[in-house]
Amino acid sequence: MHPVLKLVVQRVALGLLLLLVISVVIFLGVEALPGDTAQAILGQSATPQALANLRAEMGLDQPALTRYLHWLGGILTGDLGAALTNKADIAKSISSKLGNTLFLAGSAAVIAVPLAILLGILAARYAGRWPDKVISAVTLTTISLPEFVAAYFVIFFLTQVFPIFQPVSLVLPGMGFWEKLHAIALPVIVLVMVVLAHMMRMTRAAILNVMQSAYIETAELKGLSPMQVVWRHAFPNAIAPVVAVVMLNLAYLVVGVVVVEVVFSYNALGKYLVDHVTKRDLPVVQAVGLIFAAVYIFLNMAADIIGILSNPRLRHPK
Amino acid sequence: MSEQLDLMIARVRKGRMTRREFVGRTTAMGLSAGLAGALFSKAALADEPIKGGVIRAGVAGGESTNSLDPALAASDVPYMINRTWGETLVDVDANGAVEMRVAEEVSSNADATEWKFKIRAGVEYHGGGTVTADDVVATLKRHTDEKSQSGALGIVQGISEMSVEGDMVTLKLASANADLPFLIADYHLNIQPGGGVDAPAAGNGTGAYKVVASEPGVITTFERFANYWDSSRGHAETVEVLTINDDTARSAAIQAGQVHVINRVDPKIVEALKGDAGVVIERAAGPGHYVFIMHVDKAPFDNNDLRMALKLAVNRQEMVDKVLGGYGSRGNDFPINAAYPMFDDSIEQREYDAAAAAEYYAKSGHDGSPIILKAAPGAFPGAVDAANLFASSANAAGIPLQIQVEPDDGYWSNVWNVEPFCASYWGGRPVQDQMYTTAYLSTAEWNDTKFKNAKFDELLLAARGELDAAKRKGLYSEMAHIVRDEGGLILPMFNDWVESRRAEIGGWIADPQGTLMNGTALNKCWLTA
Repeated sequence: MHPVLKLVVQRVALGLLLLLVISVVIFLGVEALPGDTAQAILGQSATPQALANLRAEMGLDQPALTRYLHWLGGILTGDLGAALTNKADIAKSISSKLGNTLFLAGSAAVIAVPLAILLGILAARYAGRWPDKVISAVTLTTISLPEFVAAYFVIFFLTQVFPIFQPVSLVLPGMGFWEKLHAIALPVIVLVMVVLAHMMRMTRAAILNVMQSAYIETAELKGLSPMQVVWRHAFPNAIAPVVAVVMLNLAYLVVGVVVVEVVFSYNALGKYLVDHVTKRDLPVVQAVGLIFAAVYIFLNMAADIIGILSNPRLRHPK
Repeated sequence: MSEQLDLMIARVRKGRMTRREFVGRTTAMGLSAGLAGALFSKAALADEPIKGGVIRAGVAGGESTNSLDPALAASDVPYMINRTWGETLVDVDANGAVEMRVAEEVSSNADATEWKFKIRAGVEYHGGGTVTADDVVATLKRHTDEKSQSGALGIVQGISEMSVEGDMVTLKLASANADLPFLIADYHLNIQPGGGVDAPAAGNGTGAYKVVASEPGVITTFERFANYWDSSRGHAETVEVLTINDDTARSAAIQAGQVHVINRVDPKIVEALKGDAGVVIERAAGPGHYVFIMHVDKAPFDNNDLRMALKLAVNRQEMVDKVLGGYGSRGNDFPINAAYPMFDDSIEQREYDAAAAAEYYAKSGHDGSPIILKAAPGAFPGAVDAANLFASSANAAGIPLQIQVEPDDGYWSNVWNVEPFCASYWGGRPVQDQMYTTAYLSTAEWNDTKFKNAKFDELLLAARGELDAAKRKGLYSEMAHIVRDEGGLILPMFNDWVESRRAEIGGWIADPQGTLMNGTALNKCWLTA
């Protein structure tokens, strides 16, 4: 078996095991939260009778282990079940929201990743001089703003001062691609602001690190321009750490953007998850939690594999 | 003067001036208040409804856990959605009177133990078929079922027997209740085909708009129901309810014109919104109130002198000014205000009195250990601020009141109704009987002050069957005094509904019964431009 293929198989198997462990952790976590679904639904209007009725109906009167095994049996047969709160089919709810999550994350990534790498290369090329300082100062400022503050700034400038966009990112089935893109412009801008700095700084650091090597000096001595040195010799050797950080940020764009979703009322998984955690709606929390975990595991695996492929020494182990 | 008056009338027609403002300015010009009121109505009425267009409501208080099942509605978004696709037998109008909807006539026997509702002929469901008396009974039965999770369970439990005769539904009550029509107006009780037993969440009702698509916690889209029976409602062609929980995004959305009406305008930003010519602020004084509740059966709150000391140690005006931004009124430690019929406005307003509070505190013999008040940001908007104001005014009177801030998450299950002293809120009810029955009767399940008073219970039951309005008002007044002077309720303020609409929205009326014109804004408003 090719070593890379073997690695992939190993990682996938390990990933599945990890997902099982994560499902137990999520289950225990939700169990440990104060109150249960029935109490969360009824809130201030809870009476002992209503609580008992609701618990019986939702099967919450069963022991925790029974409920977990029941859920596990369902998911192994491809049945995510229905939400406890509104009995909506989870698979159906998730499919539309997952699409929106990926659309937002993808749109932000398409802008942020090339931009960050380009800025990182520029910053490395002009390290310590004014372009480097300006790039670092601007991106570090945007990452330092809490997301909702950045969102409010963007809303203020682009819907009130210059009314170009709408403050609520309403994406409906039947909307055209460009129409959808226009609708999510504001959250995309905010997310780009948030993830830019991390990737940019990593690219800069990785390239500067490589720039200390002897072969860079050789490249300079044979008369290459500084930009050519960076682009042809330094950057290819800096890919592994950059990819690792890019993947981390992609994962963040998928799973970590609930604040942005709430501010722009965007219909996606993060808000869906948080609403159901508030109501202790375990089947939904489990399903979305596992999707998020799988995204992390998959992207980390991808980062490792790309790192190996980019490095001939790791590609052909002795 | 007439030039100015014309200008103001024009502003009223464009919906840029509220009744309060109009009457205030015209009386300042020398007009009598009665004439000013009449002029306003005439100016506002001159505005004929215009058909067509899309009206969007941006509403806070929705989650992706919501359902179209009216029994499960508990927050503002599902409330608004249910009121848009469905109708109840009767409604309570902006003046507090019963308004006929699916029922066209209501009558009772002499002692208010038996009520007859005549069902309007030809009221159609969106999914086909017309409302029958059997549907009505099936609907009420679904909500009265002990196993149901209906938010209206406590309200309709008093019905002991239901029967049908042609288009007439007869409800027999276990004990007399002169307010039954007000109870039946509860928004959970939308009439559904077959009572909604088979498909509770189908959204199939008799309202002016039918559900086209529903994405819980995001958006619900409606289109006008062509066969709707009442031509005075349902003007826009399409209406939408958007869930916008973020305060800033909601106000930005109305300023940008993306939505036409929003609820829950933070009093702090009212001034900023007023500067925008396209946006109109609307307020209505409602029965909702913010409270601090003490369990009268637990130490140290089992001592009425201590309770009185705490009641006197609240600076109510300061709270109305600072927490509500002036959009509200002072409470008087009983849960009724002028929004209710038969309110006794002669009951003396309790004021902040540090000296009297200190005196009561000394008399209570409390050992001086800290008195803990639990509050969470979500107990009501500004709850923690209000609790801190309370603590500082109480400390000034020498009462060792301390605040303990709890997380929002789990507050209603772990703190409210569990801890002896905490912050909470009530949305109010259409009639006094219902408010007192829900939370102050000895046997009430939501008696969150653990208040048990035999004399009070007796008066409540007597008032329920009393059809003589004057006598009934007297009974309610007596009950108010008991709760005010002996109860565990500290009620510093009643909160107004503060909402906002685009200037091009016509037909808005201030309705104290509930948020967004008692949930009917989309049914009753129209686009003027």
